[in-house]
Amino acid sequence: MEKLSIEQLKQKARLIRRHIVEMTGAAASGHPGGSLSATEILVALYFDLMNHNPQDPQWPDRDRLVLSKGHASPALYAALAEAGYFDPKTLKDFRKLGSPLQGHPDRRKLPGVEASTGSLGQGLSIGIGMALARRLDQKNYYTYVITSDGELNEGQTWEAAAMAAHHKVDHLIAFLDDNKFQLDDATENICDMRPVADKWKAFRWRTFEIDGHDLKEILKTVEKAKKIKGQPVIIIAHTVKGKGVSFMEGNNAFHGVAPTEEQVQKALKELE
Amino acid sequence: MEKKFGKATRDAYGEALVEIGGKDPSVVVMDADLSKSTKSALFGEKFRDRFFNVGIQEANLVGVAAGLASCGKIPFISSFASFLVSKGFDQFRMAVAFSELNVKVVGSHGGITVGEDGASQMSIEDIALMTSLPGFVVILPCDEVSARALVFEMAKHVGPVYMRTGRPKAPVIYKSGTEFKIGKGVRLREGKDITIIANGFEVFESLEAADRLADEGISASVIDMHTVKPLDTDLILEEARRTGHVLVAEEHQIWGGLGSAIATFLAKKHPCKMGFVAIQDTFAESGKAEELLEKYGLTSPHIVKTAKKILGR
Repeated sequence: MEKLSIEQLKQKARLIRRHIVEMTGAAASGHPGGSLSATEILVALYFDLMNHNPQDPQWPDRDRLVLSKGHASPALYAALAEAGYFDPKTLKDFRKLGSPLQGHPDRRKLPGVEASTGSLGQGLSIGIGMALARRLDQKNYYTYVITSDGELNEGQTWEAAAMAAHHKVDHLIAFLDDNKFQLDDATENICDMRPVADKWKAFRWRTFEIDGHDLKEILKTVEKAKKIKGQPVIIIAHTVKGKGVSFMEGNNAFHGVAPTEEQVQKALKELE
Repeated sequence: MEKKFGKATRDAYGEALVEIGGKDPSVVVMDADLSKSTKSALFGEKFRDRFFNVGIQEANLVGVAAGLASCGKIPFISSFASFLVSKGFDQFRMAVAFSELNVKVVGSHGGITVGEDGASQMSIEDIALMTSLPGFVVILPCDEVSARALVFEMAKHVGPVYMRTGRPKAPVIYKSGTEFKIGKGVRLREGKDITIIANGFEVFESLEAADRLADEGISASVIDMHTVKPLDTDLILEEARRTGHVLVAEEHQIWGGLGSAIATFLAKKHPCKMGFVAIQDTFAESGKAEELLEKYGLTSPHIVKTAKKILGR
């Protein structure tokens, strides 16, 4: 795949955001807020960082991505479609009966989906398993996991954190889409997990903190992360929920509620 | 029926695992700090690079196994049935069953024959939980020989499998070398008046019960239904048609176990008189295994009593 410039990646991010708005609007359901916050992370992965082949989704040496925050499926589907895994026209079937684009990712139904997620807290463990298989097979692929600040509430996240560090799991790079909200309210008002970076450091993960919408910073940080041996890596990406659409930014009403037809048109105008 | 003890089914599991691991390098074994008890440690001693002890954390254990399986490994994971099945259940549901991944699960110390450790360590609901997951094969062997053979079968089967093993030494039922197939029950006795279908320790109790019934002129079939799912419905139907009376004996909570599965099937295909020997919707307690089987109604005299009740004698 030819290397895209930062400007071209930004255009991809705009395109993915347009899909997210249209898909959730057409489905009249879904999770636009947390999809928009994860957009740059997915764009950086699928259009620059990851070694993958949409024509051969089962290629054994491919890099893997586990979307642990499975409700951000619109962002994942849009990225997979634009990367060439399937026709972007299929995106309009999101959440419809019989569609491979299930409400939450289903690995059996859609090529490119590495793990079925939607029950929060599970993705990191699955990623560890993939990274251990890499070690046993002496391959060089990387496993990426996208988790979220809300997901830090889950006990399994911390089981996985402890175990990965103890077993010195590397080639495992997790992104924490820290968009400051979960379903009911701001994360700090539900079960405040701060200090977040200190927790990961205490669990012996190499920890980075970045602006999760700055593509250049994402690329640069992952290049650093790939060189780290004998230790898992987490990149805490500070993001804005609903990023890119003025009336959705920082507005938790759009956690799990789709935009109306009118709102879709307004958003698309902003994303031209 | 002479009672001669062989190894515990968990020992058979550990030994079989070492053999399977020696032949197939894609086998990876993990445990949650109970490997000395589940006997997966036998594999760990031999294949250190393919053995991971994750610590006391069942949810992550299951998730990591799913990740390994998605990359072509054959993970065998074990812990006590009570902890593994309940604490790993959402992960079995989502990451394994729904994901259709080839993960092998062995819950040891199943049932109340755990004994002195008491109710918190006793899994009496594992069969109900695991059979409820689409695509999972669920196995409960009765002795050393069948456990060993069925571990080999579960390794060959492509798809998720759960096996319950037991803590105490198990009475010998089979001759060494007997072959078993997943989903194929074994007729140990052929009778004409009643069919007793059992698994685990209840297989021996059922054979003993059949002897006592014979003394009273009642001829009983005894079936070892080691696979609860998929159920050997052909064999059940054949028996129900011939004897017209079916008794199910299991070391499991009466809700959702082998008895429920057979009753559901027979209600559709061949309604007949049925009886159930199982744990009657209660938790057990500390005690010796044999004392507990007696107190909670799972020994052969209880089977005899239930059989006679169904037969109206």
